Amino acid sequence: MGIIKVKDLIYEYIRRDEEGNVEGITTAVDDVNLDISQGDFVAILGHNGSGKSTLAKHLNAILYPTEGTVWVDGKDTQKDEYIWEIRQTAGMVFQNPDNQIIGQIVEEDVGFGPENMGVPTKEIWERVDESLKEVGMYEFRHYSPNKLSGGQKQRVSIAGVIAMHPKCIILDEPTAMLDPKGRREVIRAVRALNDVERITVILITHYMEEVIYADRVYVMDKGKITLQGTPREVFSEVERLKELRLDVPQVTELAYELRQDGFPIPKGILTKEELREALDACAGRMSEKARE
Amino acid sequence: MPIIIDKVSYVYEDTGMSVRALDNINLVIPDGQFIGIIGHTGSGKSTLVQHLNGLIKATSGNIYFNGEDIYADDFDRKKLRSKVGLVFQYPEHQLFETDVFTDVCFGPKNLGLSKKEVELRAYQALKLVGLPDEYFYQSPFDLSGGQKRRVAIAGVLAMKPQVLVLDEPTAGLDPKGRDEILDQISKLKRETGMTVILVSHSMDDVARYVDRIIVMNKGSVMYDDVPRQVFRHYAELEKIGLAAPQVTYIMKELQEHGYDVSDDVTTIDEAKEEIERCFTRLAAAGKEKG
Repeated sequence: MGIIKVKDLIYEYIRRDEEGNVEGITTAVDDVNLDISQGDFVAILGHNGSGKSTLAKHLNAILYPTEGTVWVDGKDTQKDEYIWEIRQTAGMVFQNPDNQIIGQIVEEDVGFGPENMGVPTKEIWERVDESLKEVGMYEFRHYSPNKLSGGQKQRVSIAGVIAMHPKCIILDEPTAMLDPKGRREVIRAVRALNDVERITVILITHYMEEVIYADRVYVMDKGKITLQGTPREVFSEVERLKELRLDVPQVTELAYELRQDGFPIPKGILTKEELREALDACAGRMSEKARE
Repeated sequence: MPIIIDKVSYVYEDTGMSVRALDNINLVIPDGQFIGIIGHTGSGKSTLVQHLNGLIKATSGNIYFNGEDIYADDFDRKKLRSKVGLVFQYPEHQLFETDVFTDVCFGPKNLGLSKKEVELRAYQALKLVGLPDEYFYQSPFDLSGGQKRRVAIAGVLAMKPQVLVLDEPTAGLDPKGRDEILDQISKLKRETGMTVILVSHSMDDVARYVDRIIVMNKGSVMYDDVPRQVFRHYAELEKIGLAAPQVTYIMKELQEHGYDVSDDVTTIDEAKEEIERCFTRLAAAGKEKG
Protein backbone atom coordinates (compact mmCIF):
# COMPACT_ATOMS: atom_id res chain seq x y z
CA MET A 1 0.00 0.00 0.00
CA GLY A 2 1.26 3.47 -0.87
CA ILE A 3 1.58 6.42 1.46
CA ILE A 4 -1.93 7.48 0.44
CA LYS A 5 -4.58 5.10 -0.70
CA VAL A 6 -8.12 6.13 -1.55
CA LYS A 7 -10.65 3.42 -2.24
CA ASP A 8 -14.12 4.02 -3.72
CA LEU A 9 -14.34 7.42 -2.04
CA ILE A 10 -17.68 9.19 -2.15
CA TYR A 11 -18.35 12.43 -0.32
CA GLU A 12 -21.84 13.85 -0.17
CA TYR A 13 -23.16 16.86 1.65
CA ILE A 14 -26.65 18.12 2.25
CA ARG A 15 -27.56 21.52 0.87
CA ARG A 16 -29.89 23.53 3.07
CA ASP A 17 -31.71 26.82 2.50
CA GLU A 18 -31.66 29.72 4.96
CA GLU A 19 -34.27 28.13 7.25
CA GLY A 20 -32.28 24.90 7.37
CA ASN A 21 -34.64 22.91 5.15
CA VAL A 22 -33.00 20.27 3.00
CA GLU A 23 -32.71 21.39 -0.64
CA GLY A 24 -30.83 18.41 -1.97
CA ILE A 25 -27.66 16.36 -1.83
CA THR A 26 -24.46 17.21 -3.69
CA THR A 27 -21.92 14.53 -4.47
CA ALA A 28 -18.65 16.47 -4.35
CA VAL A 29 -16.37 13.44 -4.70
CA ASP A 30 -17.78 10.57 -6.70
CA ASP A 31 -16.10 7.16 -6.59
CA VAL A 32 -12.44 8.17 -6.57
CA ASN A 33 -9.57 5.66 -6.33
CA LEU A 34 -5.95 6.70 -5.81
CA ASP A 35 -2.77 4.92 -4.80
CA ILE A 36 0.13 7.28 -4.26
CA SER A 37 3.62 5.91 -3.52
CA GLN A 38 6.05 7.45 -1.06
CA GLY A 39 8.21 10.05 -2.85
CA ASP A 40 5.82 10.69 -5.75
CA PHE A 41 5.02 14.14 -7.06
CA VAL A 42 1.34 14.13 -7.95
CA ALA A 43 -0.64 17.00 -9.43
CA ILE A 44 -4.40 17.35 -9.35
CA LEU A 45 -6.11 19.59 -11.91
CA GLY A 46 -9.73 20.49 -12.32
CA HIS A 47 -11.95 23.53 -12.80
CA ASN A 48 -13.47 25.48 -9.90
CA GLY A 49 -16.01 23.19 -8.26
CA SER A 50 -14.65 19.94 -9.71
CA GLY A 51 -14.08 18.44 -6.25
CA LYS A 52 -10.30 18.61 -6.02
CA SER A 53 -10.13 20.60 -2.77
CA THR A 54 -12.77 18.35 -1.22
CA LEU A 55 -10.68 15.34 -2.17
CA ALA A 56 -7.55 16.97 -0.71
CA LYS A 57 -9.30 17.63 2.59
CA HIS A 58 -9.87 13.89 2.94
CA LEU A 59 -6.14 13.24 2.77
CA ASN A 60 -5.45 14.73 6.17
CA ALA A 61 -8.72 13.99 7.88
CA ILE A 62 -10.35 17.42 7.65
CA LEU A 63 -13.26 15.68 5.93
CA TYR A 64 -14.34 12.04 6.27
CA PRO A 65 -15.72 9.82 3.51
CA THR A 66 -19.47 9.33 3.17
CA GLU A 67 -18.60 6.00 1.57
CA GLY A 68 -15.27 4.30 0.88
CA THR A 69 -12.00 4.54 2.77
CA VAL A 70 -8.91 6.74 2.87
CA TRP A 71 -5.67 5.40 4.34
CA VAL A 72 -2.74 7.68 5.13
CA ASP A 73 0.43 5.67 5.74
CA GLY A 74 -1.76 2.64 6.31
CA LYS A 75 -4.07 4.34 8.82
CA ASP A 76 -7.78 4.68 8.20
CA THR A 77 -8.68 8.40 8.45
CA GLN A 78 -12.06 7.57 9.98
CA LYS A 79 -10.50 6.12 13.14
CA ASP A 80 -10.33 8.91 15.71
CA GLU A 81 -7.27 7.51 17.45
CA TYR A 82 -5.14 8.13 14.33
CA ILE A 83 -6.19 11.72 13.66
CA TRP A 84 -3.09 13.43 15.06
CA GLU A 85 -0.72 10.93 13.49
CA ILE A 86 -2.46 11.43 10.15
CA ARG A 87 -2.32 15.22 10.30
CA GLN A 88 1.36 14.94 11.14
CA THR A 89 2.05 12.49 8.31
CA ALA A 90 0.16 14.52 5.72
CA GLY A 91 0.57 18.27 6.20
CA MET A 92 -1.53 20.77 4.32
CA VAL A 93 -0.76 24.20 2.81
CA PHE A 94 -3.65 26.40 1.68
CA GLN A 95 -4.15 29.18 -0.86
CA ASN A 96 -4.06 32.30 1.26
CA PRO A 97 -0.74 32.80 3.08
CA ASP A 98 -2.27 35.40 5.40
CA ASN A 99 -4.68 32.87 6.89
CA GLN A 100 -2.02 30.34 7.84
CA ILE A 101 0.60 32.34 9.70
CA ILE A 102 -0.04 32.98 13.37
CA GLY A 103 3.38 33.69 14.91
CA GLN A 104 4.71 37.21 15.47
CA ILE A 105 8.16 36.10 14.29
CA VAL A 106 8.88 33.71 11.42
CA GLU A 107 10.77 31.14 13.53
CA GLU A 108 8.06 31.10 16.20
CA ASP A 109 5.46 30.41 13.57
CA VAL A 110 7.43 27.50 12.16
CA GLY A 111 8.01 26.10 15.68
CA PHE A 112 4.32 26.10 16.49
CA GLY A 113 3.58 22.72 14.87
CA PRO A 114 6.38 20.69 16.49
CA GLU A 115 5.69 22.40 19.84
CA ASN A 116 2.08 21.25 19.66
CA MET A 117 3.31 17.73 19.01
CA GLY A 118 5.28 17.82 22.25
CA VAL A 119 8.72 17.83 20.62
CA PRO A 120 11.46 18.75 23.18
CA THR A 121 12.48 22.42 23.00
CA LYS A 122 16.01 21.82 21.76
CA GLU A 123 14.77 19.66 18.93
CA ILE A 124 12.08 22.20 18.04
CA TRP A 125 14.75 24.79 17.30
CA GLU A 126 16.77 22.31 15.28
CA ARG A 127 13.70 21.48 13.22
CA VAL A 128 12.82 25.15 12.75
CA ASP A 129 16.28 26.01 11.43
CA GLU A 130 16.38 22.98 9.18
CA SER A 131 12.89 23.62 7.72
CA LEU A 132 13.57 27.29 7.08
CA LYS A 133 16.82 26.38 5.30
CA GLU A 134 15.01 23.88 3.12
CA VAL A 135 12.62 26.53 1.77
CA GLY A 136 15.33 29.21 1.57
CA MET A 137 13.87 31.41 4.32
CA TYR A 138 16.53 30.94 7.03
CA GLU A 139 17.85 34.49 6.79
CA PHE A 140 14.34 35.79 7.46
CA ARG A 141 13.89 33.78 10.67
CA HIS A 142 13.79 36.87 12.92
CA TYR A 143 11.41 38.82 10.66
CA SER A 144 7.80 39.61 11.38
CA PRO A 145 5.69 37.65 8.83
CA ASN A 146 3.83 40.79 7.78
CA LYS A 147 7.09 42.17 6.34
CA LEU A 148 7.31 39.30 3.88
CA SER A 149 6.04 39.00 0.31
CA GLY A 150 3.31 36.49 -0.56
CA GLY A 151 5.80 33.96 -1.91
CA GLN A 152 7.94 34.28 1.21
CA LYS A 153 4.93 33.86 3.49
CA GLN A 154 3.85 30.79 1.57
CA ARG A 155 7.36 29.32 1.97
CA VAL A 156 7.12 29.98 5.72
CA SER A 157 3.79 28.08 5.73
CA ILE A 158 5.52 25.19 3.97
CA ALA A 159 8.37 25.29 6.51
CA GLY A 160 5.76 25.14 9.28
CA VAL A 161 4.42 21.95 7.77
CA ILE A 162 7.78 20.27 7.16
CA ALA A 163 8.92 21.07 10.72
CA MET A 164 6.41 18.40 11.74
CA HIS A 165 8.42 15.94 9.61
CA PRO A 166 5.53 14.81 7.43
CA LYS A 167 5.91 12.06 4.85
CA CYS A 168 3.51 13.85 2.58
CA ILE A 169 2.60 17.47 1.90
CA ILE A 170 -0.65 18.55 0.25
CA LEU A 171 -0.71 21.99 -1.34
CA ASP A 172 -4.11 23.40 -2.32
CA GLU A 173 -3.50 26.13 -4.91
CA PRO A 174 -0.47 27.47 -3.01
CA THR A 175 0.44 29.94 -5.78
CA ALA A 176 -2.99 31.32 -6.71
CA MET A 177 -2.43 34.64 -4.92
CA LEU A 178 1.24 35.13 -5.81
CA ASP A 179 3.12 37.12 -8.45
CA PRO A 180 5.30 35.26 -11.00
CA LYS A 181 8.40 35.45 -8.80
CA GLY A 182 6.52 34.23 -5.74
CA ARG A 183 5.12 31.36 -7.78
CA ARG A 184 8.56 30.33 -8.99
CA GLU A 185 9.97 30.45 -5.43
CA VAL A 186 7.21 28.26 -4.02
CA ILE A 187 7.35 25.70 -6.83
CA ARG A 188 11.14 25.52 -6.59
CA ALA A 189 10.89 24.91 -2.83
CA VAL A 190 8.27 22.21 -3.35
CA ARG A 191 10.30 20.46 -6.03
CA ALA A 192 13.39 20.51 -3.81
CA LEU A 193 11.46 18.89 -0.96
CA ASN A 194 10.36 16.18 -3.32
CA ASP A 195 13.76 15.66 -5.01
CA VAL A 196 16.02 15.91 -1.98
CA GLU A 197 13.89 14.89 0.99
CA ARG A 198 11.71 12.46 -0.97
CA ILE A 199 8.62 13.98 0.64
CA THR A 200 5.49 12.95 -1.25
CA VAL A 201 3.91 16.03 -2.86
CA ILE A 202 0.30 16.45 -3.86
CA LEU A 203 -0.12 19.74 -5.68
CA ILE A 204 -3.48 21.18 -6.61
CA THR A 205 -3.19 24.03 -9.07
CA HIS A 206 -4.71 26.01 -11.93
CA TYR A 207 -1.32 26.80 -13.43
CA MET A 208 -0.48 24.25 -16.09
CA GLU A 209 3.23 25.10 -16.16
CA GLU A 210 3.57 23.93 -12.55
CA VAL A 211 2.36 20.48 -13.45
CA ILE A 212 4.98 19.46 -16.02
CA TYR A 213 7.38 18.28 -13.28
CA ALA A 214 4.87 15.89 -11.73
CA ASP A 215 5.26 12.12 -11.94
CA ARG A 216 1.54 11.75 -12.40
CA VAL A 217 -1.38 14.08 -13.13
CA TYR A 218 -5.00 13.50 -12.21
CA VAL A 219 -7.74 15.63 -13.76
CA MET A 220 -11.03 15.91 -11.90
CA ASP A 221 -14.47 16.79 -13.23
CA LYS A 222 -17.80 16.53 -11.40
CA GLY A 223 -16.15 14.75 -8.49
CA LYS A 224 -14.61 12.02 -10.62
CA ILE A 225 -11.13 11.45 -11.97
CA THR A 226 -11.70 11.84 -15.66
CA LEU A 227 -8.16 11.81 -17.04
CA GLN A 228 -4.86 10.61 -15.61
CA GLY A 229 -1.33 9.88 -16.71
CA THR A 230 2.10 11.46 -17.01
CA PRO A 231 2.10 15.19 -17.81
CA ARG A 232 2.94 14.31 -21.42
CA GLU A 233 0.01 11.94 -21.71
CA VAL A 234 -2.42 14.37 -20.10
CA PHE A 235 -1.27 17.42 -22.05
CA SER A 236 -1.58 15.48 -25.30
CA GLU A 237 -5.33 15.79 -24.81
CA VAL A 238 -5.55 19.49 -25.66
CA GLU A 239 -9.18 19.46 -26.76
CA ARG A 240 -10.37 17.31 -23.86
CA LEU A 241 -8.67 19.64 -21.37
CA LYS A 242 -10.32 22.68 -22.93
CA GLU A 243 -13.69 20.98 -22.62
CA LEU A 244 -12.91 20.55 -18.93
CA ARG A 245 -12.34 24.34 -18.57
CA LEU A 246 -8.60 23.77 -18.32
CA ASP A 247 -5.68 24.71 -20.46
CA VAL A 248 -2.25 23.46 -21.49
CA PRO A 249 1.11 25.24 -21.15
CA GLN A 250 1.65 27.83 -23.91
CA VAL A 251 4.40 25.76 -25.54
CA THR A 252 2.07 22.73 -25.69
CA GLU A 253 -0.65 24.89 -27.21
CA LEU A 254 1.69 26.37 -29.83
CA ALA A 255 2.90 22.86 -30.78
CA TYR A 256 -0.72 21.72 -31.01
CA GLU A 257 -1.66 24.65 -33.28
CA LEU A 258 1.30 23.97 -35.57
CA ARG A 259 0.37 20.28 -35.69
CA GLN A 260 -3.18 21.26 -36.70
CA ASP A 261 -1.64 23.23 -39.58
CA GLY A 262 0.21 20.14 -40.82
CA PHE A 263 3.57 20.28 -39.04
CA PRO A 264 4.64 16.72 -38.16
CA ILE A 265 5.17 17.51 -34.47
CA PRO A 266 4.53 14.85 -31.81
CA LYS A 267 1.73 15.31 -29.27
CA GLY A 268 2.34 16.46 -25.72
CA ILE A 269 5.31 18.81 -26.16
CA LEU A 270 6.11 20.21 -22.69
CA THR A 271 9.19 22.44 -23.01
CA LYS A 272 10.55 24.95 -25.46
CA GLU A 273 13.56 22.68 -26.05
CA GLU A 274 11.29 19.83 -27.09
CA LEU A 275 9.46 22.10 -29.51
CA ARG A 276 12.72 23.32 -31.00
CA GLU A 277 13.93 19.73 -31.49
CA ALA A 278 10.65 18.82 -33.14
CA LEU A 279 10.99 21.79 -35.50
CA ASP A 280 14.62 20.81 -36.19
CA ALA A 281 13.32 17.44 -37.34
CA CYS A 282 10.75 19.17 -39.59
CA ALA A 283 13.43 21.39 -41.12
CA GLY A 284 15.72 18.37 -41.59
CA ARG A 285 13.01 16.46 -43.41
CA MET A 286 12.37 19.45 -45.67
CA SER A 287 15.99 19.77 -46.76
CA GLU A 288 16.14 16.02 -47.43
CA LYS A 289 13.12 16.34 -49.66
CA ALA A 290 14.71 19.27 -51.46
CA ARG A 291 17.82 17.19 -52.11
CA GLU A 292 15.78 14.38 -53.63
CA MET B 1 -12.43 61.68 -19.60
CA PRO B 2 -8.65 61.63 -19.69
CA ILE B 3 -6.72 61.35 -16.44
CA ILE B 4 -3.43 63.15 -15.96
CA ILE B 5 -1.16 62.08 -13.14
CA ASP B 6 1.33 64.84 -12.52
CA LYS B 7 4.40 64.28 -10.32
CA VAL B 8 2.50 62.15 -7.85
CA SER B 9 4.32 60.75 -4.82
CA TYR B 10 2.81 58.89 -1.91
CA VAL B 11 4.68 58.43 1.35
CA TYR B 12 3.40 56.68 4.45
CA GLU B 13 4.78 55.98 7.90
CA ASP B 14 5.40 52.44 9.00
CA THR B 15 6.82 51.77 12.49
CA GLY B 16 8.71 55.05 12.48
CA MET B 17 10.11 54.61 8.97
CA SER B 18 8.76 56.55 6.05
CA VAL B 19 8.03 54.40 3.01
CA ARG B 20 7.83 55.91 -0.46
CA ALA B 21 5.15 53.79 -2.11
CA LEU B 22 4.90 56.02 -5.18
CA ASP B 23 7.79 58.12 -6.38
CA ASN B 24 7.15 60.92 -8.88
CA ILE B 25 4.64 59.26 -11.19
CA ASN B 26 3.77 61.02 -14.43
CA LEU B 27 1.18 59.40 -16.66
CA VAL B 28 -1.50 60.38 -19.13
CA ILE B 29 -4.44 58.02 -19.49
CA PRO B 30 -6.45 58.99 -22.57
CA ASP B 31 -10.02 57.87 -23.29
CA GLY B 32 -10.75 54.37 -24.45
CA GLN B 33 -7.40 52.70 -23.89
CA PHE B 34 -6.97 49.17 -22.58
CA ILE B 35 -4.06 49.42 -20.20
CA GLY B 36 -2.26 46.69 -18.25
CA ILE B 37 -0.34 47.52 -15.09
CA ILE B 38 2.20 44.90 -14.03
CA GLY B 39 4.71 44.75 -11.21
CA HIS B 40 5.62 42.38 -8.41
CA THR B 41 3.86 42.44 -5.03
CA GLY B 42 4.73 45.72 -3.33
CA SER B 43 5.75 47.56 -6.51
CA GLY B 44 3.08 50.20 -5.97
CA LYS B 45 0.56 49.16 -8.62
CA SER B 46 -2.41 48.80 -6.28
CA THR B 47 -1.47 52.06 -4.52
CA LEU B 48 -1.38 53.79 -7.89
CA VAL B 49 -4.82 52.64 -8.99
CA GLN B 50 -6.32 53.63 -5.64
CA HIS B 51 -5.21 57.20 -6.35
CA LEU B 52 -7.29 57.25 -9.52
CA ASN B 53 -10.59 57.44 -7.72
CA GLY B 54 -9.39 59.38 -4.74
CA LEU B 55 -9.33 56.47 -2.31
CA ILE B 56 -5.75 57.41 -1.41
CA LYS B 57 -4.60 61.04 -1.52
CA ALA B 58 -1.17 61.80 -2.97
CA THR B 59 1.42 63.21 -0.54
CA SER B 60 2.56 65.52 -3.32
CA GLY B 61 1.65 66.13 -6.95
CA ASN B 62 -1.70 66.48 -8.73
CA ILE B 63 -4.23 64.36 -10.51
CA TYR B 64 -6.52 65.88 -13.13
CA PHE B 65 -9.72 64.18 -14.15
CA ASN B 66 -11.09 65.65 -17.34
CA GLY B 67 -8.99 68.75 -16.72
CA GLU B 68 -10.18 69.27 -13.15
CA ASP B 69 -7.84 69.02 -10.18
CA ILE B 70 -9.30 66.26 -8.02
CA TYR B 71 -7.70 67.71 -4.89
CA ALA B 72 -9.31 71.14 -5.39
CA ASP B 73 -11.71 72.14 -2.57
CA ASP B 74 -14.70 72.48 -4.89
CA PHE B 75 -14.13 69.17 -6.68
CA ASP B 76 -16.90 66.61 -6.22
CA ARG B 77 -14.94 63.58 -5.04
CA LYS B 78 -18.04 61.50 -4.50
CA LYS B 79 -18.78 61.85 -8.19
CA LEU B 80 -15.25 60.77 -8.99
CA ARG B 81 -15.85 57.46 -7.20
CA SER B 82 -18.70 56.71 -9.57
CA LYS B 83 -16.76 57.85 -12.64
CA VAL B 84 -13.73 55.71 -11.87
CA GLY B 85 -14.99 52.28 -10.88
CA LEU B 86 -12.59 50.15 -8.92
CA VAL B 87 -12.99 46.38 -8.75
CA PHE B 88 -10.81 45.04 -5.96
CA GLN B 89 -9.11 41.66 -5.69
CA TYR B 90 -11.55 38.89 -4.80
CA PRO B 91 -14.49 41.30 -5.24
CA GLU B 92 -16.96 38.47 -4.59
CA HIS B 93 -16.08 38.76 -0.90
CA GLN B 94 -17.97 42.04 -0.96
CA LEU B 95 -21.25 40.61 -2.18
CA PHE B 96 -23.81 40.70 0.61
CA GLU B 97 -27.37 41.02 -0.64
CA THR B 98 -29.93 38.20 -0.71
CA ASP B 99 -30.13 38.07 -4.49
CA VAL B 100 -27.93 39.00 -7.40
CA PHE B 101 -30.12 41.79 -8.76
CA THR B 102 -30.46 43.60 -5.42
CA ASP B 103 -26.70 43.39 -4.93
CA VAL B 104 -26.02 45.07 -8.27
CA CYS B 105 -28.63 47.77 -7.46
CA PHE B 106 -26.74 48.79 -4.32
CA GLY B 107 -24.22 51.11 -6.01
CA PRO B 108 -26.57 53.10 -8.28
CA LYS B 109 -29.13 53.32 -5.43
CA ASN B 110 -26.48 55.10 -3.36
CA LEU B 111 -26.04 57.61 -6.17
CA GLY B 112 -29.58 58.77 -5.40
CA LEU B 113 -31.09 57.74 -8.74
CA SER B 114 -34.75 56.90 -9.25
CA LYS B 115 -35.83 53.29 -8.69
CA LYS B 116 -36.51 52.85 -12.40
CA GLU B 117 -33.08 54.15 -13.37
CA VAL B 118 -31.39 52.00 -10.70
CA GLU B 119 -33.07 48.84 -11.98
CA LEU B 120 -32.39 49.68 -15.59
CA ARG B 121 -28.72 50.17 -14.85
CA ALA B 122 -28.49 46.96 -12.84
CA TYR B 123 -30.10 45.05 -15.68
CA GLN B 124 -27.78 46.57 -18.28
CA ALA B 125 -24.73 45.90 -16.12
CA LEU B 126 -25.63 42.23 -15.63
CA LYS B 127 -26.15 41.93 -19.38
CA LEU B 128 -22.77 43.54 -20.01
CA VAL B 129 -20.96 40.95 -17.89
CA GLY B 130 -22.86 38.18 -19.66
CA LEU B 131 -24.70 36.70 -16.68
CA PRO B 132 -27.75 34.70 -17.86
CA ASP B 133 -31.18 35.94 -16.66
CA GLU B 134 -31.97 32.82 -14.65
CA TYR B 135 -29.35 33.79 -12.06
CA PHE B 136 -30.74 37.28 -11.38
CA TYR B 137 -32.91 36.28 -8.42
CA GLN B 138 -30.62 33.63 -6.97
CA SER B 139 -28.49 34.20 -3.92
CA PRO B 140 -25.06 35.41 -5.08
CA PHE B 141 -23.54 32.82 -2.75
CA ASP B 142 -24.96 29.92 -4.79
CA LEU B 143 -23.05 30.96 -7.92
CA SER B 144 -19.69 29.62 -9.10
CA GLY B 145 -16.49 31.61 -8.48
CA GLY B 146 -16.46 33.07 -11.98
CA GLN B 147 -20.14 34.01 -11.85
CA LYS B 148 -19.77 35.71 -8.46
CA ARG B 149 -16.95 37.75 -9.85
CA ARG B 150 -19.12 38.83 -12.78
CA VAL B 151 -21.81 39.98 -10.37
CA ALA B 152 -19.24 42.00 -8.41
CA ILE B 153 -17.99 43.62 -11.62
CA ALA B 154 -21.60 44.35 -12.64
CA GLY B 155 -22.04 46.14 -9.30
CA VAL B 156 -19.31 48.57 -10.31
CA LEU B 157 -20.51 48.86 -13.93
CA ALA B 158 -23.99 49.83 -12.73
CA MET B 159 -22.46 53.10 -11.52
CA LYS B 160 -21.71 53.80 -15.22
CA PRO B 161 -18.03 54.55 -14.72
CA GLN B 162 -15.99 56.06 -17.53
CA VAL B 163 -12.88 54.33 -16.32
CA LEU B 164 -12.96 50.75 -15.07
CA VAL B 165 -10.03 49.58 -12.94
CA LEU B 166 -9.73 45.87 -12.18
CA ASP B 167 -7.18 44.65 -9.64
CA GLU B 168 -6.29 41.02 -10.47
CA PRO B 169 -9.74 40.12 -11.78
CA THR B 170 -8.76 36.52 -12.58
CA ALA B 171 -6.96 35.48 -9.36
CA GLY B 172 -8.10 32.05 -8.19
CA LEU B 173 -10.22 31.24 -11.26
CA ASP B 174 -9.70 28.15 -13.42
CA PRO B 175 -8.20 28.73 -16.90
CA LYS B 176 -11.56 28.79 -18.66
CA GLY B 177 -12.92 31.17 -16.02
CA ARG B 178 -9.91 33.43 -16.59
CA ASP B 179 -10.49 33.52 -20.35
CA GLU B 180 -14.22 34.12 -19.94
CA ILE B 181 -13.76 37.11 -17.62
CA LEU B 182 -11.07 38.68 -19.79
CA ASP B 183 -12.99 38.08 -23.03
CA GLN B 184 -16.03 39.67 -21.43
CA ILE B 185 -14.03 42.70 -20.25
CA SER B 186 -12.51 43.06 -23.69
CA LYS B 187 -15.96 42.89 -25.31
CA LEU B 188 -17.30 45.37 -22.77
CA LYS B 189 -14.50 47.76 -23.63
CA ARG B 190 -15.27 47.52 -27.33
CA GLU B 191 -18.99 48.05 -26.79
CA THR B 192 -18.87 50.93 -24.32
CA GLY B 193 -15.58 52.55 -25.33
CA MET B 194 -14.66 53.01 -21.69
CA THR B 195 -11.08 53.08 -20.49
CA VAL B 196 -10.08 49.80 -18.86
CA ILE B 197 -7.10 49.41 -16.55
CA LEU B 198 -6.13 45.86 -15.72
CA VAL B 199 -3.76 45.17 -12.84
CA SER B 200 -2.37 41.69 -13.38
CA HIS B 201 0.28 39.15 -12.50
CA SER B 202 -0.24 37.16 -15.65
CA MET B 203 2.05 38.23 -18.46
CA ASP B 204 0.29 35.88 -20.88
CA ASP B 205 -3.06 37.58 -20.22
CA VAL B 206 -1.70 41.09 -20.41
CA ALA B 207 0.07 40.35 -23.70
CA ARG B 208 -3.12 39.02 -25.21
CA TYR B 209 -5.52 41.81 -24.31
CA VAL B 210 -4.06 45.25 -23.65
CA ASP B 211 -2.91 48.10 -25.94
CA ARG B 212 -0.39 49.49 -23.50
CA ILE B 213 1.58 48.16 -20.53
CA ILE B 214 2.80 50.15 -17.57
CA VAL B 215 5.48 48.33 -15.57
CA MET B 216 5.81 49.46 -11.96
CA ASN B 217 8.92 48.88 -9.89
CA LYS B 218 9.72 50.29 -6.44
CA GLY B 219 7.00 52.92 -6.74
CA SER B 220 8.16 54.22 -10.14
CA VAL B 221 7.12 53.65 -13.73
CA MET B 222 9.84 51.48 -15.28
CA TYR B 223 8.36 50.96 -18.74
CA ASP B 224 5.31 52.40 -20.48
CA ASP B 225 4.79 51.11 -24.01
CA VAL B 226 2.99 48.65 -26.27
CA PRO B 227 3.33 44.99 -25.15
CA ARG B 228 5.89 43.86 -27.70
CA GLN B 229 8.19 46.75 -26.83
CA VAL B 230 7.87 46.18 -23.10
CA PHE B 231 8.54 42.44 -23.33
CA ARG B 232 11.73 43.10 -25.32
CA HIS B 233 13.18 44.00 -21.92
CA TYR B 234 12.58 40.47 -20.68
CA ALA B 235 15.96 40.28 -18.90
CA GLU B 236 15.26 43.47 -16.93
CA LEU B 237 11.72 42.27 -16.21
CA GLU B 238 13.12 39.04 -14.75
CA LYS B 239 15.38 41.02 -12.45
CA ILE B 240 12.33 42.69 -10.89
CA GLY B 241 10.44 39.42 -10.45
CA LEU B 242 8.42 39.52 -13.67
CA ALA B 243 8.85 37.73 -16.98
CA ALA B 244 7.82 37.88 -20.62
CA PRO B 245 5.02 35.60 -21.84
CA GLN B 246 6.17 31.99 -22.37
CA VAL B 247 5.92 32.27 -26.17
CA THR B 248 8.52 35.04 -26.17
CA TYR B 249 10.99 32.58 -24.63
CA ILE B 250 10.08 29.92 -27.16
CA MET B 251 10.93 32.32 -29.97
CA LYS B 252 14.24 33.19 -28.32
CA GLU B 253 15.11 29.50 -28.08
CA LEU B 254 14.42 29.12 -31.81
CA GLN B 255 16.38 32.25 -32.67
CA GLU B 256 19.39 31.06 -30.69
CA HIS B 257 19.36 27.86 -32.71
CA GLY B 258 19.52 29.62 -36.04
CA TYR B 259 15.86 30.06 -36.91
CA ASP B 260 15.12 33.32 -38.67
CA VAL B 261 12.20 34.35 -36.42
CA SER B 262 11.46 37.58 -34.64
CA ASP B 263 11.50 37.42 -30.83
CA ASP B 264 9.11 40.32 -30.26
CA VAL B 265 6.21 37.93 -30.33
CA THR B 266 3.88 37.91 -27.35
CA THR B 267 0.90 35.69 -28.22
CA ILE B 268 0.47 32.11 -29.47
CA ASP B 269 -1.15 33.27 -32.73
CA GLU B 270 1.73 35.59 -33.51
CA ALA B 271 4.22 32.81 -32.71
CA LYS B 272 2.43 30.37 -35.00
CA GLU B 273 2.42 32.85 -37.87
CA GLU B 274 6.07 33.67 -37.34
CA ILE B 275 7.14 29.99 -37.36
CA GLU B 276 5.04 29.25 -40.42
CA ARG B 277 6.51 32.23 -42.22
CA CYS B 278 9.98 30.99 -41.36
CA PHE B 279 9.26 27.51 -42.71
CA THR B 280 7.75 28.91 -45.90
CA ARG B 281 11.00 30.77 -46.47
CA LEU B 282 12.99 27.59 -45.72
CA ALA B 283 10.90 25.66 -48.24
CA ALA B 284 11.37 28.32 -50.91
CA ALA B 285 15.12 28.42 -50.30
CA GLY B 286 15.23 24.60 -50.48
CA LYS B 287 13.48 24.62 -53.87
CA GLU B 288 15.84 27.20 -55.29
CA LYS B 289 18.84 25.13 -54.27
CA GLY B 290 17.29 21.92 -55.58
